[in-house]
Amino acid sequence: MVMELARPRPIWQIMFSTHHTDVGLLYLITSLAFMFMGGALALSIRAELFFPGAQIIGDAMTFNRIFTVHGTTLIFLFILPFASAVGNYFVPIMVRYKDMAYPKLNAIAFWMIPPAGALIWLGFADFTWYATPPYSVISAPGPAADMWIFGLKILGVSSILGAINFIVTILKCKHPDMPISKVPLLAWSFLSSSLIVLVALPTFAAALLMLLTDRLGASGFFNPAVGGDPIAYAHLFWFTFHPEVYVLVIPAIGMMYEIIPRFSRKPIFSASSGIAAFVLLSIVGFASWAHHMYATGMSFTEKTVFMVGTLAAVPASAMHVFNFLATMWGGRIRFSTPMLWAVGGIALFFSAGAGGVVNSAMPLDFVTHDSYWVVGHFHLFVMGTILFGSVGYLYYMFPYVTGRMYNERLGNIHFVLSFVGTVMVFFTQHVLGLFGMPRRVYDYPPIPEWIAMNQIASVGAMIIGVSMVIFLANMLHSTARGRPADMDDPWGLGAKYYYPYERKNPQH
Amino acid sequence: MSGHSNFPEWVYIGVVVALLCWVGAEAWNVERIVEHIPEDAELIKVTGQQWFWTFEHEDGTKRIGELRVEAGKAYRFEITSKDVIHSFNIHDYVVLLDAVPGRVNTVWFAPMEAGEHDIQCREYCGLIHYNMRGKLIVEEAA
Repeated sequence: MVMELARPRPIWQIMFSTHHTDVGLLYLITSLAFMFMGGALALSIRAELFFPGAQIIGDAMTFNRIFTVHGTTLIFLFILPFASAVGNYFVPIMVRYKDMAYPKLNAIAFWMIPPAGALIWLGFADFTWYATPPYSVISAPGPAADMWIFGLKILGVSSILGAINFIVTILKCKHPDMPISKVPLLAWSFLSSSLIVLVALPTFAAALLMLLTDRLGASGFFNPAVGGDPIAYAHLFWFTFHPEVYVLVIPAIGMMYEIIPRFSRKPIFSASSGIAAFVLLSIVGFASWAHHMYATGMSFTEKTVFMVGTLAAVPASAMHVFNFLATMWGGRIRFSTPMLWAVGGIALFFSAGAGGVVNSAMPLDFVTHDSYWVVGHFHLFVMGTILFGSVGYLYYMFPYVTGRMYNERLGNIHFVLSFVGTVMVFFTQHVLGLFGMPRRVYDYPPIPEWIAMNQIASVGAMIIGVSMVIFLANMLHSTARGRPADMDDPWGLGAKYYYPYERKNPQH
Repeated sequence: MSGHSNFPEWVYIGVVVALLCWVGAEAWNVERIVEHIPEDAELIKVTGQQWFWTFEHEDGTKRIGELRVEAGKAYRFEITSKDVIHSFNIHDYVVLLDAVPGRVNTVWFAPMEAGEHDIQCREYCGLIHYNMRGKLIVEEAA
């Protein structure tokens, strides 16, 4: 039996467990809860911007707090924990080990997330997910800002612990008969993203401490009034968070690598090129951080260096797209729900990447920078690619987790509405950015084009909202009452569901 | 393990790399030209603070929220901030540069036709960031 929920256990048995699937389940439920919370904030932002002028949110401060917590929540409390959930469930099984390398560390890494989430949500800071200094040092109201800093600090430690655990599990605990080149691509994606976390994250951890001491008045690293430099923070922040973008996207690509060959009923076109692309991306990803900073007054040479570094990361992503399409080419494809999400995710990944090339070209960046173009661009990654890959994988692992089958028709409707909504919101926002609308604004002047495009985006957001309600209903109902899944082959693909390691690790 | 050839993938990567090289070279070339400030550009000091823009001309005239220039002349902006980071933006002329406290950033433009354009702040700077707006008024050359 692989069922988690069909075999009732008291909740504390799962909560205090260190077994990898139990911790995975905790990660899964927590991340989905935060996804719905962050999504609700997104809907309130879109409702506010439906017309110029104040709509449903009373004042600018509340609006600023909402988009800050929206971004922080969905990146740190949804995307990262969701990837950890998938990694916890499947990495030990893929490397044929009985659990994660350090089960207690694994549980500790998870249990840091709820207090961090509480700090972020109870504080409700307003200085954007970037915590922009010197605003965050001299202007942002406490204790919200300090609570945010502590929350992120805790999440950073949690990420580092999780990354160490994945690296050791994959490199040291894999079955001795299994060469590293035969480790499935999903596990490879966790290996590369965990390595990025280890290299990148300490920089931001340091920057957060400096920000905190600045706020306390004990130092002035980022405060120009006492001789500091806010641009230094930008470098430290983006040195962590540009690579972090790949930390977010690589596991989602890994999930697509699980789904696409299964539902195309063909082996991956080239596993070695997938591995090469992961490794390449995790190295080249470190050469591009300052492309977020062209407009801070960088010299021509600096801009050129970081443009080249950014463009160098594109072929690696393009290799994944090629690999996916070549895998599907000539396959007997079955468009079940997970496959729909994965294929939709590839389409949006490609669009997001093409937009990224535009941003990286120096003169064009001065058109798009800090406008709604950027909002549309990165949402095509975080929503179009990462959420699509993740939700597809969630449908794919649903029988494995619950032993039951989700409702396929509702899953299809969820996909169609989400895809249409995502295109409506984020493609429109690209154009809106070209018309000059800045991001992070509570209100905008009544320019007819701006109003029209904001309204299209808001309608799209409501469509996504509806699709997510359908998703929630499907998950809750199917978990409790779904028909039992055929555990050998839930989608009738004519192949083993969980090749070749279908066994669930015993409780210990 | 599979019998297929990887040749198409190499062709594809070659095409992608060639496209990227072209984008990079074009961007480099355009940016090089755009960043060359004409010698006769007139200086305007731009100061951002929560939540308005101040423009100071070479002759000492100072205006808040309103920038008056003449068509056909080149202008060089020296941009700074008094409190937090702002971003000085005239979207219609693709003028965009951060106003960073403690630093002076330089950008230039040369309006060709008379008209009115919006000036806005493109970097989050607090409560009234959304309304940190101004007007650019381009007048006919005297």
